[in-house]
Amino acid sequence: MTGKKLNMITQRAVEEGIAMEIGKTSREYFDACNIIEMNELDMKELGIMKNTNVRVTSESGQVIVKAVVARQTVYPGLCHIRQGVWANQVVPPRTQSTGAPQYSGFPVTVEPAPNEKLKTALQLVQGAVGLWKGE
Amino acid sequence: MPKVIENVGCPYCGCSCDDVRVTVSDDGKKVLEVENVCAIGTEIFKHGSSDHRIRSPRLRQPDGSMKDITYDEAIEWVAQHLYKAKKPLMYGFGSTNCEGQAAAARVMETAGGMLDNCATICHGPSFLAIFDNGYPTCTLGEVKNRADVIVYWGSNPAHAHPRHMSRYSIFPRGFFTGKGQKKRTIIVIDPRYTDTANVADYHLQIKQGHDYELFDAFRMVVIGHGKDLPDEVAGIKKEKILEVAEIMANARFGTTFFGMGLTHSDGRNHNIDIAISLTRDLNKVAKWTIMAMRGHYNIAGPGVVWSWTFGFPYCLDLTKKDHAHMNPGETSSVDMAMRDEVDMFINIGTDAGAHFPIPAVKQLKKHPWVTIDPSINMASEISDLHIPVCICGVDVGGIVYRMDNVPIQFRKVIDNQGLLDDETLLNRIADRLDELNAQGA
Amino acid sequence: MSEIIIKNGYIFDPISGIKGDKADISIKDGKITDKVSSKAEVIDASGRTVMAGGVDIHTHIVGPKVNLGREMRPEDKLFRGSFRGGILKQGKHMEMGFSIPSTWKTGYSYARMGYTYANEAAMPPLMAPHVHEEIRDTPIIDISAMPVFGNNWFCFEYIKNKEIENNAAYVAWLLNATKGFGIKIVNPGGTEAWAWGDNCVTINDPVPFFDITPAEIVKGLIETNEYLGLPHSIHLHGNNLGNPGCYETTLDTLKLAEGYKPKNKFGREQVLHNTHIQFHSYKGDSWGTFESGAREVMDYVNSNKNITVDIGAVTLDETTTMTADGPFEYHLNQLNHIKWANVDVELETGSGIVPYIYDKNIKVCGIQWAIGLEIALFAKDLMRVFLTTDHPNAGPFTRYPRVIKWLMSQKAREATLDTMKYKDKVIAASHIASMDKELGLYEIAMMTRAGPAKALGLSSMYGSLAKGADANIAIYDLDPTNIPSDPELIEAAFQNTAYTLKEGVVVVKDKQIVAEPHKYTIWTKVNMPENAQVMHDVKEKFTKNYTVNLENYAVFDEHVHNPRAIEVEVA
Repeated sequence: MTGKKLNMITQRAVEEGIAMEIGKTSREYFDACNIIEMNELDMKELGIMKNTNVRVTSESGQVIVKAVVARQTVYPGLCHIRQGVWANQVVPPRTQSTGAPQYSGFPVTVEPAPNEKLKTALQLVQGAVGLWKGE
Repeated sequence: MPKVIENVGCPYCGCSCDDVRVTVSDDGKKVLEVENVCAIGTEIFKHGSSDHRIRSPRLRQPDGSMKDITYDEAIEWVAQHLYKAKKPLMYGFGSTNCEGQAAAARVMETAGGMLDNCATICHGPSFLAIFDNGYPTCTLGEVKNRADVIVYWGSNPAHAHPRHMSRYSIFPRGFFTGKGQKKRTIIVIDPRYTDTANVADYHLQIKQGHDYELFDAFRMVVIGHGKDLPDEVAGIKKEKILEVAEIMANARFGTTFFGMGLTHSDGRNHNIDIAISLTRDLNKVAKWTIMAMRGHYNIAGPGVVWSWTFGFPYCLDLTKKDHAHMNPGETSSVDMAMRDEVDMFINIGTDAGAHFPIPAVKQLKKHPWVTIDPSINMASEISDLHIPVCICGVDVGGIVYRMDNVPIQFRKVIDNQGLLDDETLLNRIADRLDELNAQGA
Repeated sequence: MSEIIIKNGYIFDPISGIKGDKADISIKDGKITDKVSSKAEVIDASGRTVMAGGVDIHTHIVGPKVNLGREMRPEDKLFRGSFRGGILKQGKHMEMGFSIPSTWKTGYSYARMGYTYANEAAMPPLMAPHVHEEIRDTPIIDISAMPVFGNNWFCFEYIKNKEIENNAAYVAWLLNATKGFGIKIVNPGGTEAWAWGDNCVTINDPVPFFDITPAEIVKGLIETNEYLGLPHSIHLHGNNLGNPGCYETTLDTLKLAEGYKPKNKFGREQVLHNTHIQFHSYKGDSWGTFESGAREVMDYVNSNKNITVDIGAVTLDETTTMTADGPFEYHLNQLNHIKWANVDVELETGSGIVPYIYDKNIKVCGIQWAIGLEIALFAKDLMRVFLTTDHPNAGPFTRYPRVIKWLMSQKAREATLDTMKYKDKVIAASHIASMDKELGLYEIAMMTRAGPAKALGLSSMYGSLAKGADANIAIYDLDPTNIPSDPELIEAAFQNTAYTLKEGVVVVKDKQIVAEPHKYTIWTKVNMPENAQVMHDVKEKFTKNYTVNLENYAVFDEHVHNPRAIEVEVA
């Protein structure tokens, strides 16, 4: 495996906020939220090209997202997926007995997956509960 | 003639801006233009009069499709299921006015169920810290009129609260702050170089998850043990810590705004607890306040309403019917979901389908799932019943609580065109439950 | 419509001067009347004490700081449901909380004690919609709320410039905007100073940047109040509360009222109400030399008829202190180091909250307890000295029956003194042990309904059994001709009425809530010409300094519940 352990955080972004209000099934939401923001050094090390897909795997699940270098930079070893459907495929539900899941600061393995397809929000969520009727 | 409505409240983030100008069509059914609002707020008002808006409750059919039903049928469905359920959970209230939140309290007290709000996955850890350590805070106008030092710690208003910096904190010129940003020192503490860090005087790029240590270091300096600091704490050099602590201690009026960066990371409530302790320490040498960057325009609301109703702000267990119980970890939504303890789920004014970790969604979906929300979202698209309602600030008014717990009176700008508001819907469910309880007794 | 006759009770009604005579009370359509038809429903009050519904002149039961107290103190939910001595659900909603009960428990508990009116003592104007939301959810009792003015930037400016007419127009505007009742002042100037971490501890300490002193603020607001002729006087929590030696500041403060005469159509005779005076009656120069200043303070109060006070009695409970006196709460927290909340409110006020345990094993707490009772026992005119605990500051309002017991029974006071670890030191630093005075039911009726109603300017409606008053009535299981020798039975009788009637509706019967009829929000509507200067100033401040738009500031009509306006005309 060509993956690397990184520390994942998932937080808000204004693009995500706008897209969410347009609608979670919209193209805008799809574009805003299925990306992982990484440090360039990590991408180089992993052989990930900008704007190509990667697989992110955590203790509780995995998701395909598109890797980008963001304006709001992260240091090497840290990565970020905007809050929402894609992030929550990998966010661990453990709460340290507070009620709040581990949305930030959980280990993930990131590996290149240039040939994997991104799934839509509906595909992911309906798929998880056996309601997805599409392909 | 189109009509201009001024002083409209924006139902997006915890800034709860109340200066929006909305132009509506002659028939009062369409929003034509929105001014004085951020990009996100604009979308809400646009969506409010979108042709795609769902206007009828929809019930899932055996083949998986959704079929329109009447509000009466939907109310009966919810009441019957609540009556049968032993431990139903109603969760959400990120976009519900206080009147709706009070009616929800009535429903779940009558049903004998669990009642929780989005704070449980956002600032719930802040509540835990407040329970232990108090909350020395202020209204946002105090920041505007007095503050000369502002700290954003684990919060990124440039993205999550777009007008926060211009209306309340960094830029406005207030009574004692006539020079605005020029006379303010802005400190951003965040592991990312965020767009907020970009406008700060100091960005401390803290090592993710090590906030507690850095707070502790600041406390050491304020208490007078700065020289004992190690050379580096949480990725920040000692000299930088001493320099920033000096600025804090010399503030005329300082405010720390903190966000999900603290409550979602390791330590959770302990990060907030020590943030409050630092604020207490700073008040021995300066004037200092602290404020949670509440996410939604009225997510402070359920904590306020349920505190006066039951004495607890969230994670309420009302199953005993004659008294309320709260114990986050035990009575919190995600924890209950993961233990598969609830036997019915009502998602209201939020989208648990998108914002809960997916394992929790799968667990909840084992049981009847109702979504009460104006929009099509992930929750609505996996629910058994979706009941659309008015959008507060768009087609219903009401009281909301800003992030500083200041009540803001929201207006209705367009006609509700047959949609029920949360309060009416929930009270009708409660009325029906009262009847069922009376029949059962 | 409905008619009720309460037969053969012993009536205590200071407003009518009835001192325990056996008589009937007739009710028609929610009002007291002189006779009813034979069809009237009969309530048998024989062998029982009958009083008007209680009137609480100073209590913190609704609003932001009360609620932050509830929120930050989950441990206050001590008495739950059927265990730990809690209350089983009686009314429409469960009852939660001890020192800061839920709104539902608040209304039910007042009603069970025979109270039907409560005056919320501090409403931050900016937060008025919150206060009115909680009023909506507080059952049975009528509520008024007083906006705070003692640290308000508008008032500072007008009073500094000696513009009483403008200040009056501003006050009238704000009472209307907030649906408020009267002028509350908390630590004048000191809370504004606290926004910089400072305080005003004497009446002459200048307020930072505003070039005004607490003395000027108090006098300016007395003049404003009498200019308007409001039903109530200024309602004052003065400077330097709670510190050893503060009684001198209190006397300085009370003297500010000298020379002022009440001007109103409501029968009110005072120009200054000094609230929770127990907290302002401390001698000594440290906690070590702390002692009672009740005699000195009450000597002054007794000889000055234009002053009323409420006692703020310490009940020896674990409670939650909360006040708009921000610096006081900070300093209290420096003493006990428990959790501390603070909320500074833009242009208007501030507040603080600190849990506090009045431990009978701590000397100072014992002396504070003694002072609260001494205030009432030294009083010469109980129509000017009212029973409160400054709920929840000196103790929860649900302890009023216990305070009544202490005031009516020296034996009960001695029994409590005997439980104190430092009994001898408490006795040495107070007067309580040597006081053998015991109040009677008529005096209790003065302190708990007739007096407060008169001081609020509401005695034609509340606190009275005279014809035309609202039929708010408490019937206690207490035979005045045979007061029990066990003082605990006195407390028990006042804790739960045999009957409470609210506007002619039986709301409590045999200690149980049986009805939750509609209730009123009382506010003062001043009718006066609009003042262009003041409206200009208001607009300017909202444009420049507030973070809420002016048009969203005044409470919308739909958020005020069953308003009942007391009207005042100013030419």
